[in-house]
Amino acid sequence: MILHSLIDYDILRVIWWGLLGVLLIGFALTDGFDMGVGALLPFVAETDVERRVAINTVGPVWEGNQVWFILGGGAIFAAWPPLYAVSFSGFYLAMFVVLAAFIVRPVAFKYRSKRDDVRWRTSWDWALFASGAIPALLFGVAVGNVIQGVPFHFTDDLHTIYEGAWYTKFIGLLDPFSLLAGVVSLSMLVMHGGAWLTLKAEGNVRDRARRFGSIAALVAVAAYALAGVWMALGIEGYRIVGDYLTTGPSNPLHFEVEKTASWLTAYSDRPWIAIAPIMGIAGGLLTFLGLRAGREVSTLLVSKMAILGVISSVGLTMFPFIMPSSSDPRSSLTVWNSSSSHMTLFIMLVVTVIFMPMILAYTAWVYKVLWGKVTEADVTDNSHSVY
Amino acid sequence: MEFGIVELSRLQFAMTAMYHFLFVPLTLGLSILVAIMETVYVMTNRPIWRQMTKFWGTLFGINFVLGVATGITMEFQFGMNWSYYSHYVGDIFGAPLAIEGLMAFFLEATFVGLFFFGWDKLSKVAHLTVAWLVAIGSNFSALWILIANGWMQNPVGAQFNPMTMRMEMTDFYEVLFNEVAQAKFVHTVSAGYVTASVFVLGVSAWYLLRGRHIELARRSITVAAAFGLASAFSVVLLGDESGYSATHSQKMKLAAIEGMWETEAAPASFTAFGFPDQEARTTHYAIHVPYVMGLIGTRSLTTSIPGIEELESQAETRIKSGLIAYDALMHIREARDNADPAETARFEAHSADLGFAFLLKKYVDDPRQATPEQIVQAANDTIPTVWPLFWAFRIMVALGFGFIATMLYFFYRASFKGMDFPRPALHLAVWMIPAPWIAAELGWFVAEFGRQPWTVDGVLPTAMSVSALSMTEVALTLAGFVIFYTVLFVIEMGLMLKYIRKGPFQDVEETDAWVIRHTERLAGRRNADAIAMPAE
Repeated sequence: MILHSLIDYDILRVIWWGLLGVLLIGFALTDGFDMGVGALLPFVAETDVERRVAINTVGPVWEGNQVWFILGGGAIFAAWPPLYAVSFSGFYLAMFVVLAAFIVRPVAFKYRSKRDDVRWRTSWDWALFASGAIPALLFGVAVGNVIQGVPFHFTDDLHTIYEGAWYTKFIGLLDPFSLLAGVVSLSMLVMHGGAWLTLKAEGNVRDRARRFGSIAALVAVAAYALAGVWMALGIEGYRIVGDYLTTGPSNPLHFEVEKTASWLTAYSDRPWIAIAPIMGIAGGLLTFLGLRAGREVSTLLVSKMAILGVISSVGLTMFPFIMPSSSDPRSSLTVWNSSSSHMTLFIMLVVTVIFMPMILAYTAWVYKVLWGKVTEADVTDNSHSVY
Repeated sequence: MEFGIVELSRLQFAMTAMYHFLFVPLTLGLSILVAIMETVYVMTNRPIWRQMTKFWGTLFGINFVLGVATGITMEFQFGMNWSYYSHYVGDIFGAPLAIEGLMAFFLEATFVGLFFFGWDKLSKVAHLTVAWLVAIGSNFSALWILIANGWMQNPVGAQFNPMTMRMEMTDFYEVLFNEVAQAKFVHTVSAGYVTASVFVLGVSAWYLLRGRHIELARRSITVAAAFGLASAFSVVLLGDESGYSATHSQKMKLAAIEGMWETEAAPASFTAFGFPDQEARTTHYAIHVPYVMGLIGTRSLTTSIPGIEELESQAETRIKSGLIAYDALMHIREARDNADPAETARFEAHSADLGFAFLLKKYVDDPRQATPEQIVQAANDTIPTVWPLFWAFRIMVALGFGFIATMLYFFYRASFKGMDFPRPALHLAVWMIPAPWIAAELGWFVAEFGRQPWTVDGVLPTAMSVSALSMTEVALTLAGFVIFYTVLFVIEMGLMLKYIRKGPFQDVEETDAWVIRHTERLAGRRNADAIAMPAE
């Protein structure tokens, strides 16, 4: 098969770097509000009926949303195998916690309302809270670690070796900057969940969602801005040194990499990327105002804009780095040396171009069918069919 | 055997995969059965079929959610526990996994919500379409994961790249239309259909024994028996197709399943019973059925099937050839862009055996330093432990024939005896419920344990595939999964039983007009399908 040479290897790599971003953003925009609603559950809903209203706002859609997470794993495996291998084995115990959350959450959604027992339901409510809040926090922590570089190196035959004992590997993830990044992602997704509940719920649940969502929006903007300042002052960046091939074989050890004073020099090299953090901050502030004003549809849209801005700002700032190595910079994963082969990237692009529009179309149709508010009457009248 | 990180990681993978596979077969089959029931409802407009759709749909939902939840572990643990494997074959193996997400997971997961929440929001035909999309999505996911797994069994369409130190795809069509993958797909989905049919049959039989929900139960048995009969035939015949394809690609697995130590003159006999002895390299008390193995494995009377000892000596030859490839690879890698063409040619001539040299990594860091004894030992390692394979296979096949017999009987009673089922048969159907799960787990075991010592047959040994993790880390997650999965299993079983005991939300009475016409039709033409009637 020679079709794949229609698109140059380096262009395919950049496209797949973009698609990686699309997947992460797609995940945060859809599953993000599920996690946000979970994290908000104990705060916005007090009675059982209120909780069921909140849960049923995401009831019919969380399964589809969660596929963004699974597809994220699959697509990283297919398009960026070294990233898949290094990050998941490196963040091993943290990944286990995230997996546990993603396993317990579906079960909690589905099983909570299947028994009329108060203890049963309260336990599942806690499960929903934890499985929303903990991964939302840990995703940010992971990004914080990636920004600072992760302590790993490759052997000559590309075995990944992590520095340090298992407990330092795990506890070491929770440094102050990464925790701050975790606060950004948690508050951002809580804000998004608040915007969703404002749109889909009524009465008390909606009013509390507006209040907590707007607080979360302010926290997100402040933490994001603080992280930016921190990156300007105290976080080292990375760059590739010397000549390198953007179309060469995917072997990270073929590159020379060194640390620089800061990632933020990217903004003087390519000033246009400033649009991303501007969207992030403006989106967060507009969401705050929208929640205060009680606007529904437009608030959800600006909340999406905030998420789009925040996530893409990380990728654009670090480009072409995907996962730098702090202990052996030469092992760093970049767009140019950690992708799949030319042919696999091409085939996967063709498949994505065919199926992604279909997915977006039928997902949009499902949301349209489900359009409208979930009321207390809806859940009490249909107890045997809804959650 | 020393118990290290490799064994611990294997244990975790086996445990999470087999646990996942408790839910998947039922999802595969029940999604289709529910869609069939809803189709009858839409065509005939009779409320009982809507009630059946909803009732079995509820049980489907309880099961589906755990299939989804435990599937997440599967998607991520290659990277977590098998990072060298992920690096080494991700270029090929990752693609079907990602396509599975794009083509199958989104479809089933997006529409499954609408299936449960959309009864009042959609027209009947639209809701039926949603039910079928869920079923198609579930079955597509089986297709793609088995294309990925089929590649591990028979790695076609790929080549080793010395510059990236990994396998890379050379032909996507070969990966896609891999004969092993195709045979596995049809065998596995059929197994899922049998599982769901036995489940529906068993639960309905229990209702009949209790005299409850009789209308629902009798119709459910009829659907399950018809669907189950076709599936039971197909699972056995297509399992045979898997065996036939293994004759070309996985000779060692086939010989081990057979307990066939020495090559027999064609056509080989089939060992129906015996006690394989790994030490003595013989099968005690073997009962042979002449010709059968030769016919199954080669579909000819003249082609012979190699035995374990012949394959072991072939492995030794391939290890020595692999060492040449390994040595050339080291030279190519050192030279990087200026590789000596002679070395490249030497590598390419032997690269098909590179994986066999890796078998020595278990004993020495540099396979080129291996002693002749270590080479003999590595060749011996290519023989999987025979007795569990031998027995697992035989139990699976016996259960397969048991399903055909059961389904045939219930189909006969439902079609020709006016849905009148004797009580002993109903008791049998209830006791039969766990059987398809046992068969499915044994099938997984035969396929995956039979591939050892390889993760990718002939390409990458299992011992080399693991992540550089500490025992503590893997032990912690293994313990976590065991506790977590046990709790979920108890909860799931509790809910399943609760909803089965509770039965359908409300029993639906057939209309008088329908009952009269139904009786007339039964009286007039006893052999006619007593269920399917035109819309009232």
